[in-house]
Amino acid sequence: MNWGDWSWMMPEGFSTFTAEVDSLYYLILWITGVTFFATEALLIYFIVRYRHKEGRKATYDHGSTKMEVVWTAIPLLILIGLGALSKGAWDRMKIDVPAGAMEIIVTAKQFEWNATYPGPDGALGTADDFDVLNQIHAPVDQPVWIHLRAEDVLHSLFLPEMRVKQDAVPGRDIPVWFEAMATGDYTIGCAELCGIGHTTMNGTLTIHSAADFQAWASARAEQRPQPQP
Amino acid sequence: MIDRLWQNRGVAVVAAGLMAAGCGGSEGGGSDTSGGGAAEPAASPVDAATVGHASGMVTFAGTAPAMAEIDMSTEATCAAKHSMTPTDETVVVGDGGGLANVFVYVKEGLESLDFPTPSDAVLLDQDGCMYIPHVIGVQAGQDFMLRNSDGLLHNINASPTANRGFNVSQPVSMEASRSFPTAEIMVPVRCDVHGWMSSYIGVVDHPYFAVTGPDGSVSLEGLPPGNYVVEAWHEVYGTVTQSITVATGATAELSLEFTSGMSAAHVPLGEPLDLMHPQGQRVVDHQ
Amino acid sequence: MGKALDAGGHHDHHEIPWIRQYIFATDHKMIAKQFMFVSLFFLVVGGALAGMMRWQLGFPSQPMPGGMILPDAMMAPTPNGAIMLPEFYNSLVTMHGTIMIFFAIMPLLVGLFGNLLIPLQIGAEDMAFPRLNMVSFWLAVPAGILMLASFGVEGGAAGAGWTSYAPLSTSGEWTGVYLGQQLWLASLTILGFSSLVGSVNYISTVINMRAPGMTWFRMPLATWSLFVTAVLILLAIPILAGALIMLLFDQTIGTGFFRPEVGGEPLLWQHLFWFFGHPEVYILILPAMGITSEVLANRARKPIFGYHSMVLAIVGIGFLGWIVWGHHMFQSGMNPLLGTSFMISTMAIAVPSAIKVFNWLATLWKADIHLDVPMLHALAFVSMFIIGGLSGIFMANTPVDIYIHDTYFIVAHIHYVLFGGSLFAIFAGITFWFPKMFGRMMNEPLGKVHFVLTLIFYNLVFFPMHNLGLRGMMRRIYDFTQYEFLAPLQPMNQFITVFAFLLIATQVLFVINFFWSIFKGEKASENPWDSNTLEWTVPSPPPHGNFAEMPMVYRGPYEYSSPESDTDFLPQTTPPGGGSSGVPEPTPTPEGVEA
Repeated sequence: MNWGDWSWMMPEGFSTFTAEVDSLYYLILWITGVTFFATEALLIYFIVRYRHKEGRKATYDHGSTKMEVVWTAIPLLILIGLGALSKGAWDRMKIDVPAGAMEIIVTAKQFEWNATYPGPDGALGTADDFDVLNQIHAPVDQPVWIHLRAEDVLHSLFLPEMRVKQDAVPGRDIPVWFEAMATGDYTIGCAELCGIGHTTMNGTLTIHSAADFQAWASARAEQRPQPQP
Repeated sequence: MIDRLWQNRGVAVVAAGLMAAGCGGSEGGGSDTSGGGAAEPAASPVDAATVGHASGMVTFAGTAPAMAEIDMSTEATCAAKHSMTPTDETVVVGDGGGLANVFVYVKEGLESLDFPTPSDAVLLDQDGCMYIPHVIGVQAGQDFMLRNSDGLLHNINASPTANRGFNVSQPVSMEASRSFPTAEIMVPVRCDVHGWMSSYIGVVDHPYFAVTGPDGSVSLEGLPPGNYVVEAWHEVYGTVTQSITVATGATAELSLEFTSGMSAAHVPLGEPLDLMHPQGQRVVDHQ
Repeated sequence: MGKALDAGGHHDHHEIPWIRQYIFATDHKMIAKQFMFVSLFFLVVGGALAGMMRWQLGFPSQPMPGGMILPDAMMAPTPNGAIMLPEFYNSLVTMHGTIMIFFAIMPLLVGLFGNLLIPLQIGAEDMAFPRLNMVSFWLAVPAGILMLASFGVEGGAAGAGWTSYAPLSTSGEWTGVYLGQQLWLASLTILGFSSLVGSVNYISTVINMRAPGMTWFRMPLATWSLFVTAVLILLAIPILAGALIMLLFDQTIGTGFFRPEVGGEPLLWQHLFWFFGHPEVYILILPAMGITSEVLANRARKPIFGYHSMVLAIVGIGFLGWIVWGHHMFQSGMNPLLGTSFMISTMAIAVPSAIKVFNWLATLWKADIHLDVPMLHALAFVSMFIIGGLSGIFMANTPVDIYIHDTYFIVAHIHYVLFGGSLFAIFAGITFWFPKMFGRMMNEPLGKVHFVLTLIFYNLVFFPMHNLGLRGMMRRIYDFTQYEFLAPLQPMNQFITVFAFLLIATQVLFVINFFWSIFKGEKASENPWDSNTLEWTVPSPPPHGNFAEMPMVYRGPYEYSSPESDTDFLPQTTPPGGGSSGVPEPTPTPEGVEA
């Protein structure tokens, strides 16, 4: 096995969420890491130090209220504090969709991601909308508001490099937003078991520069199939 | 719905299931439901010396819609199999106005006859991420062979009404046979991995059925003399029927026409869902 | 099975017909053994399913050795051998989880230890309702048969995950699984009734049948945890049963509780499932914590540190367990405003678990630790539970959960809790109470080899899964190499698979030790571990009716190394002063006979 693959680092992220998610992750990693080493070391030390030998007798001791209070209060404060600290990031990522975002619809179905873009009129739900299969294209440095929908079963839109994950639920229109910070090709995955072809339900998220995105969108709008009679 | 639950061969398969690990074999999935395969084939009730035929065209009047191009860019193996960009196959009209992929069969006039189940299987191939052919017909109980010629994951999701559905996968180049015991017009078949792949299977009680070719031509051979109602089924334009009389040694003419106006006859599969917004989200200015 | 049980040896009750003694038994100890044999069988089945799953993950879409003997509905035959079908993989994922949770871990903890320990530890002759107890087991058996049978039906076994999220689970059109999903629902409904009947029995027994002097705060922690577990089962299972029946109706008679196309609500299933499912998580860990406390205090020869705070932690978990279910649903589309509330309640429930860990550690401090096999497993429980508990904090944190939800990080976490936690405690419990069940000791050297190899291989299998999750590998995925960014993870997956096979193979040692010891193990005395609790005051194995005369309880269960005693233990039944040559004190304390 290539242990070079092993890392406790988060993979590189390319959206404005990266800093918030990753810093919380590293904070928890430190807290749990220190706790882990402290408790396991203590455990091993006790096992070695107090293992049975001829003539040893254990101390007759039923506990200490003071210590119970200490090790109840400290984890409680740390954990509740951690929760309070995370509320802001969660609200920004899942609740507060920024004004001025580019709106698109992403519809999940077995086993594809269909992205619907407003055509030249800039409005969704009109006749000049066009669809792209298993690809999402978006401009860099601009918030993208995805109206996430599903046609059949649950799916989960997973954009690992953007730190985005949201289940798509049939019958709902769930707002998902992110803002990419670098151009390039990234992963679209489905993180919720959705049937036989779950494993094939992937695609490419392409982040363009603003100008490239405009060029791509107008090219796609032109080649969209004519509406059928 | 309730009796569908109990049609599931429940008890027998439960018992078989318990032994499945030990017995192995290939019957666990019930992929071969040829049923009467072991019984000796019954003789045809039709006297070959007296038969006649029916032959003709299924045509389309009006402007056919342009078929959308299929974007296979996400499946390079399949895209490479097509020299031209493949298009949707729902409405394929030939140069002479013939309508392809129409399932034509004798609807009335054969009720008194029992026909043996053919032992040969009908092929439904998955090649280049297309079903080939787009429409097939089988006799009730007759096997059809599902073949994966692409070597990549397909699933075959059949949703019949009168028969039991199945949804199985073929992750590699392979074959599997299936059958439907009950006549049904038509059984939709789709691949969910490749949303553009769809096919239809017509299941009838007798051997007098055919699918129109690219030019819309069709023929039903070897019919016993008598009066029949022939029906043509198309996935967009619905059905048209024609009454014919077949005499010994003669060929009755089939002439069935669909028109572009009939597209309204198509019943949509489902209404769009009402969309709910979860409570609580709001649009704010992050500045 | 009857033959193996026979070796338990109840020679003194020839008046009970054979069939009532071994098959339709009402004796709680026999029912405990019945649950043990059946759930150990399911543990083997669940392990085999995991092995096949690991093959597909370690060697994606390569012919599986021995795969040719499986039917075409599971494997695709190719010229080089049989390749696993994705629908079979989905069934494996689903059935591994279902069988391990509902048919192995839960009946081992609750069915085996609940039945074995509750009457013996509180000084009762049997359960309050022995025949109800028999019904509980004989409902579990058909449930298990239905669950196994679903592998053989057309369309295969259920394939929508052990959580069977709607709408995927509502129709075979979505999964290719038709009857299998219905059998899954029917089986779990029946099993739910089995658990309900059992829990009513446990609760009644603990409340009503404690021996004189066995006050609430003199009950051993194992019994405490099993009591709270029974309360959780009583309240949680009806929610599950309701949801299962609704889903069964959606499948079969066309109702639309969870089907959005007819106005149903997919998230309702998740709310109902997890409203049951999170208490279920504690049902699976509380008895393990109780067993660990027993073994730890006994083998450390020291009173459990903070007995009252341990009890309060168990009860606290029992309450808080009801208000955290939403943390399974942070990314589900549930109103995100709820996310923070559930995050805070989830953080809060970590505290009682932390208290327990600290108390276990403090119990070891200045102790006299006997490192025999039950103790090794109990220590492994503490050590592994620390990892499982700490990794839970990552996913409790809503922003971090966005990334790691539905990845292998979760798979690692659940296995550190359920395998590293519950299963090590089960090993500790079986090896500790084996002499009481069978009158013989298990083989110590063989047990140690099994322990060491299991601990090593277990960590080599499950620890790297944290990393897979961190790299973005989603769970329940048939072929992760379909994703370009996951393809480099194949060596790590192969590594895990190799050690998973070794881990499974190691369990053969336990099976050998188990059966060899039933027949050939060293004869055990009444109290081989010098323990204080009541089950060790009766013969091994105890006769029908357990106690020859009503035991009197004078003190708590963990009076090890008490200065009152000449030895390092002081049984609960020894009258005050009876443990020592001096200080006679003939009368029991006044609260000694209070209920």
